[in-house]
Amino acid sequence: MDHNGNYKNEFGWFADKPKVPKKLFNFKAVFIGVVIFVVLVTSPLWKNLGQVIPGPDPQLNTAAIMKLPEKDRTCVESKEYMRANHMLLLGEWRDEVVRDANRDYVNSKGKKYLASLSNNCMECHSNKSQFCDQCHNYVAVVPNCWGCHWEKEKEKKQVAQSEAK
Amino acid sequence: MGINRREFLRLAGLSTLLGLGGKTAFELLAPGQLEAQQYVPEPGAFKAKRWAMVVDMRKLDEKTAHKCINACHLTHNVPDIANPVNPAAAVSPEEQVRFRIKWLWKEDFHNAFPGDEHDNLQEKLHHMKFLVLCNHCDNPPCVRVCPTKATFRRPDGMVMMDMHRCIGCRYCMAACPFGARSFNWRDPRPYIKEVNLNYPTREIGVVEKCTFCDERLSKGQMPACVEASGGALIFGDLGDPKSKVRDQLRTYFTLRRKAHLGTYPQVYYIV
Repeated sequence: MDHNGNYKNEFGWFADKPKVPKKLFNFKAVFIGVVIFVVLVTSPLWKNLGQVIPGPDPQLNTAAIMKLPEKDRTCVESKEYMRANHMLLLGEWRDEVVRDANRDYVNSKGKKYLASLSNNCMECHSNKSQFCDQCHNYVAVVPNCWGCHWEKEKEKKQVAQSEAK
Repeated sequence: MGINRREFLRLAGLSTLLGLGGKTAFELLAPGQLEAQQYVPEPGAFKAKRWAMVVDMRKLDEKTAHKCINACHLTHNVPDIANPVNPAAAVSPEEQVRFRIKWLWKEDFHNAFPGDEHDNLQEKLHHMKFLVLCNHCDNPPCVRVCPTKATFRRPDGMVMMDMHRCIGCRYCMAACPFGARSFNWRDPRPYIKEVNLNYPTREIGVVEKCTFCDERLSKGQMPACVEASGGALIFGDLGDPKSKVRDQLRTYFTLRRKAHLGTYPQVYYIV
């Protein structure tokens, strides 16, 4: 507005009083939008509300383990250590075996084991689906061991099946 | 007001002592859970200063060569891309060549020793099928180019692969002048007729090659091909002057593949 009370446009010409722009913030619409968003984002929580998801239940009752006398039924390290650190231990085994050709692992009690996933771990824990997969599925981790290493039990079953045919 | 000189020196000395002794004190007071764990080679493992192989072509006939190749491929689950277990997985003839996985294979003289052939070669060389494999070079170009150190040279001269680290970039294949490396364009499992469950397979997307049977050597066994060859392949330690390979190299004239490239191949051929 100039001193005469006239409105001018960007070219300096006389123009109408500029319109006050409409409010951009429409409380009602925004509120509904926010509610829809929150419901959508939290929908998995609502869906599973009240449902009890069974925890992992790794089985230790394979034939190879049951055959051992009670006192020898131990893993290469203590249960607690293996639960927390088996992946680190396996990684260490891998590096020692592949890089330095150290194929034997001497555990904290001085007992010697073959450091091999397929040829040692899985000899006792031959039930991959009831042992490894139980926790791995529960916490949604996908270790890529089995792209190369054999699931011996499964392979043997398949061979037996194909021979039966 | 800052601290005086005496106070400063006292503090500096004390903190140095704490820094040096702190870790030891920690270890003493709260020892690590697995202090005693260690890794050792298997008892009876073969050790060497420098592994090498001599291929005696005078003793190696077609049948023995096949026996060696079969022994190798069976031991290491090497897929035969041309003959899938399930016919549905068959690939075109062109792809059979491109996808082929080679650990130990046969080659004509002019392919195995390019540059050494001429127009008037000795007659028998035309018919010879040379058994070729990874040369486990002393100056391996594949190791130099590997960006992840998935392929590396062991102190005993073996050029090894760590399949866990291989990202499938195939630099090593470009670098190897012997074509001793193969890429897994496909999941190899459908192409393995007879499996050895004690040895892993490879995955789609990794490079593989001969490993001089490191898993057998560490058990005190000779490589599978050497065992199957009935004396045509001689394997041993170059660092030991009394070893069989040294004896052969001393006695006979030997050839190496593309020695002029300076990779120092450690597979020798007696023609």
